[in-house]
Amino acid sequence: MASSPKLDSKIPEGPIDQKWSKYRSTVALVNPANKRSLEVLVVGSGLAGASAAATLAEMGYKVKVFCFQDSPRRAHSIAAQGGINAAKNYQNDGDSTYRLFYDTIKGGDYRAREGNVYRLAEVSSNIIDQCVAQGVPLAREYGGLLSNRSFGGTQVQRTFYAAGQTGQQLLLGAYSALQRQVGMGAVELCARHEMLDVVTIDGKARGIIARNLITGAMEKHFGHAVLLCTGGYGNVFYLSTNAMGSNVTAAWKAHKKGAFFGNPCYTQIHPTCIPVSGDHQSKLTLMSESLRNDGRIWVPKKKDDNRKPTDIPEEERDYYLERRYPAFGNLVPRDVASRAAKERCDAGYGVGASKKAVYLDFAFNTIRYGKTEAAKLNLHNPSQEEIVRLGKEVIKEKYGNLFDMYQQITGENPYEVPMRIYPAVHYTMGGLWVDYNLMTTVPGLYALGEANFSDHGANRLGASALMQGLADGYFVIPYTLGVYLSGEVSRMSAEKDKADSIDKLKTKHPEFDKALEEQTALINKFLSIKGTKSVESFHKRLGLIMWEKCGMARNKQGLTEAIGEIQALREEFWKDVRVLGDANEFNPDLEKAGRVADFIELGELMCKDALHREESCGGHFREEHQEADGEAKRDDEHFKYVAAWEFKNTSNWELHKEELVYENIKIAQRSYK
Amino acid sequence: MGLTGLFLISFLVVHCFLNSFIFFNDGGLMFNIGAHFMATNWLIRAMEIVLFAGLILHMVQALILTMENRKARPVGYNVAGGSANSSWYSRSMGLLGTLLLMFLIIHLAHFWVKSRITGLPGEDANGHENLYAVMQTTFTQLWVVIVYVLAMVSLAYHLLHGFQSAFQTLGLNHKKYTPAIKAIGVGFSIIVPFIFALMPILMYAGIIK
Amino acid sequence: MGSGNGELLNLTLKVWRQKNSKAKGSFETHQLKGISTDMSFLEMFDVLNEQLIHEGKEAIAFDHDCREGICGMCSMYINGRPHGPKGAVTTCQLHMRSFKNNDTIVVEPWRSVAFPVIKDLVVDRSAFDRIVASGGYVSVNTGNAKDANNILIPKPAADDAFAAAACIGCGACVATCKNGSAMLFVSAKVSQLALLPQGQVERKERVLKMVQQMDEEGFGNCTNTGACEAECPKEISLENIARMNREMIGASLK
Repeated sequence: MASSPKLDSKIPEGPIDQKWSKYRSTVALVNPANKRSLEVLVVGSGLAGASAAATLAEMGYKVKVFCFQDSPRRAHSIAAQGGINAAKNYQNDGDSTYRLFYDTIKGGDYRAREGNVYRLAEVSSNIIDQCVAQGVPLAREYGGLLSNRSFGGTQVQRTFYAAGQTGQQLLLGAYSALQRQVGMGAVELCARHEMLDVVTIDGKARGIIARNLITGAMEKHFGHAVLLCTGGYGNVFYLSTNAMGSNVTAAWKAHKKGAFFGNPCYTQIHPTCIPVSGDHQSKLTLMSESLRNDGRIWVPKKKDDNRKPTDIPEEERDYYLERRYPAFGNLVPRDVASRAAKERCDAGYGVGASKKAVYLDFAFNTIRYGKTEAAKLNLHNPSQEEIVRLGKEVIKEKYGNLFDMYQQITGENPYEVPMRIYPAVHYTMGGLWVDYNLMTTVPGLYALGEANFSDHGANRLGASALMQGLADGYFVIPYTLGVYLSGEVSRMSAEKDKADSIDKLKTKHPEFDKALEEQTALINKFLSIKGTKSVESFHKRLGLIMWEKCGMARNKQGLTEAIGEIQALREEFWKDVRVLGDANEFNPDLEKAGRVADFIELGELMCKDALHREESCGGHFREEHQEADGEAKRDDEHFKYVAAWEFKNTSNWELHKEELVYENIKIAQRSYK
Repeated sequence: MGLTGLFLISFLVVHCFLNSFIFFNDGGLMFNIGAHFMATNWLIRAMEIVLFAGLILHMVQALILTMENRKARPVGYNVAGGSANSSWYSRSMGLLGTLLLMFLIIHLAHFWVKSRITGLPGEDANGHENLYAVMQTTFTQLWVVIVYVLAMVSLAYHLLHGFQSAFQTLGLNHKKYTPAIKAIGVGFSIIVPFIFALMPILMYAGIIK
Repeated sequence: MGSGNGELLNLTLKVWRQKNSKAKGSFETHQLKGISTDMSFLEMFDVLNEQLIHEGKEAIAFDHDCREGICGMCSMYINGRPHGPKGAVTTCQLHMRSFKNNDTIVVEPWRSVAFPVIKDLVVDRSAFDRIVASGGYVSVNTGNAKDANNILIPKPAADDAFAAAACIGCGACVATCKNGSAMLFVSAKVSQLALLPQGQVERKERVLKMVQQMDEEGFGNCTNTGACEAECPKEISLENIARMNREMIGASLK
């Protein structure tokens, strides 16, 4: 198989451990004076967006940042709980850049690019250094050194954390760096702005159309490069751990303007979320993977066992992860843990009122910690109550905020009874196709962080999303952007005397007006339908189709049905949606209408991608392709490629393939047994 | 506010200490010695000016603070739930302070004006000016006693918040010592106004003669 | 108890409606039936909004995003208290089991001159961003950092800094303070950086600039009522305010 000529990944030549360092020191640079006349638009202010914007501004570029929230600090990176990986080997447990690279490729079920992943592992250490220098209060040991914990899919301790709020702390670090540049006038901040379209001129990205969400004003913004740092599209499922506002609109509009969409069907279903409690449910809440360090997952051995969990004796419990995967136990990767939970529930062993949950039990480790603490305190023959009390204190220090959150939502006390958990949509490995420079198939248009497809293959390991977002923003784009912008400098100087050059016209270029008119028309269209059903109801229905037929397990029949159902839903949406209020005001319902319209189109593409991929890998599990014991069955002969979809017109895409080449890792069946 | 507050608190200590001489119940001899010293010592007289300045500064600061804070919330809430998150007296320092100011005017008219300006009637057995006698006459009126006692209740609440608040404002906060400061503050806020309140009550009841 | 066991409530909701920042607002009363106690407060608003859209009326605008208590976007003043009757939670984490059948619930926007109302329950909190931009950072450009373990930080200092850094910038402290003061928010950031070795170089300058910006935004003064700490969903301590006062005095004297 050869890659499509339209997909040049631009991976540098040379041995894997030298590719990046060599490339970095040989790429074209932009001199400081020229940087001042180059404008960069950054859409999204999460880890990738904030870190990129701050760093580019520090370098001297003129930067504008857009976010739909009221402040860049609200981006959903803030909700990441568990931690961030880095190959520091501070624990002296055999970690290395290669091992992080290997774990990530294997964790991604051999569907990620070697070059990108190695670079990610390489810069991971710099991220920790940078964040600590910014004053991010990562957890410390008593000696003052940084503390680590383990995450799924690895056998070393390389995860850095700040209690259960690591994403918050890292984002606030990047946000501070961003605000510093805002304060110095190097970054212009456009909060409560939503990007509605990319403006392309002669095939290159030249700016965006954005709506001021407060006034409803449609704005044109010029940029020599546009960086999409807009996160993932998990909300296509309606219920997910994403924030309510997380959406695909920016990426989707870019896709329709020529950016290929890579591996849209790769969705991560996180195994430990709080189960759905009723039809009113608006979102799902994650319980960090770090809890699997100390929580043991089980279901009763008997079907439909309605006893209270604390009444079920040890020998009647099935610790199914420890049983099936003795080497990794409760710390198997997310896709494996999720499928195992679904398997148990489908087989009738689920717990709770809905029977769609399994237990995550801390009793065993509470006792273990209690005994250690008692020994530390020189307590001889401590009573059982004393041990439990001391153990709970340790658990509280490690996971207090998560336990509180669980109690708020469920009304149950997880210190006393095991948590009930069930898998939920959490992250999307797919995203805009990018090359080694993080540039999409549209020149000048980049995608960073979760918005791109590049580093996690078919499944992301825990604590790697924060790593990728910050790697892209702090340490990759500052170098790779110069490759394109140095070309822009030459073009600008060549067109210096041209009266109608892009640099002189900027937003006065007719393409800007055209895009603006299109988007204004779209908004008016939403308002003019005046149908009978709310935007929310369409989103819910889409989510249900996606979850049932393109969720944790997929099959040909279901996916084929789903495509038809989504197409019908799209038609109904454009005939019968009810969007109230005006265009020229703060109108959340109108914002949501645009987002749901894009989700519907994306949903169709996800199903098509899932349908075409006749194998099981990572987060993509096709029921037709499994081993006798129910494990995923990959087909490297036919599907060892990135599926990059080119938008043609409604319901019509062309598939391009980028072959994945493994020169440094021997492809094997992924086993955690 | 914190600095001037603490300064005024230090004055309360001196005032309370000297006034407590009436508890000797010696017909005011000890008390008048103290009063004489206070009225004639040049340092004390100088401090009296500083005290008035401090008091005025405290009030001016309070006025500016209140005006600025009002500006910070031009539209108020329909339902206010302050009782759920803070004590009523911490939110009513302005009101308590105004009550104390009104009391202070009465109090100054009763004693300070007579002692410093219009002059005191007669002398005691030691030949000192007899401020004690003024106290005795003043506290024969029931309404005066009631006003003084109520004012001391206001003072107690004002101090209950003000004492520890002053330390917080000055950043004098410490994991170990702050609980102690708070405890001392509560004790001070109850004991000092209580001693002051006892004076008119006991005089009115004829226990101190 | 847990999932699916919720009781159903009938409620009267009085909600502030205001078309835009210039319009005069007023309360609107709505009846809600069959609200499950398992719902979050915002899910109850979702139900109400669906009801309104069904009736052809514009939905109530309110800020919300993560719905797991960390982004700091949700901001409702419920029955006289920011984020409602339960301590240490954000509005999105408040569940209807905190209310009783036939309760009347009054919902207002944050009120502060520095947080003008944008629409209904949505306010503009960009003042907080400007305060951070004035000095709430360590001036370190990307790429300058030395190895993270070269900076030793005693665990207690790291823990205290983290506790201060846990602030989510929701503005409940300002909303509840009778003076509309932002001291808790500002002091949390000042404290975090004052406690860490990385923050020492700019320590004095930082507190002066941030406090100046805070005053320019129009926030009121702290009178130590402690309401902010009591209502803070992340339980940010008043000790931070004391620390900032100390920093401020120290910086002003030099």
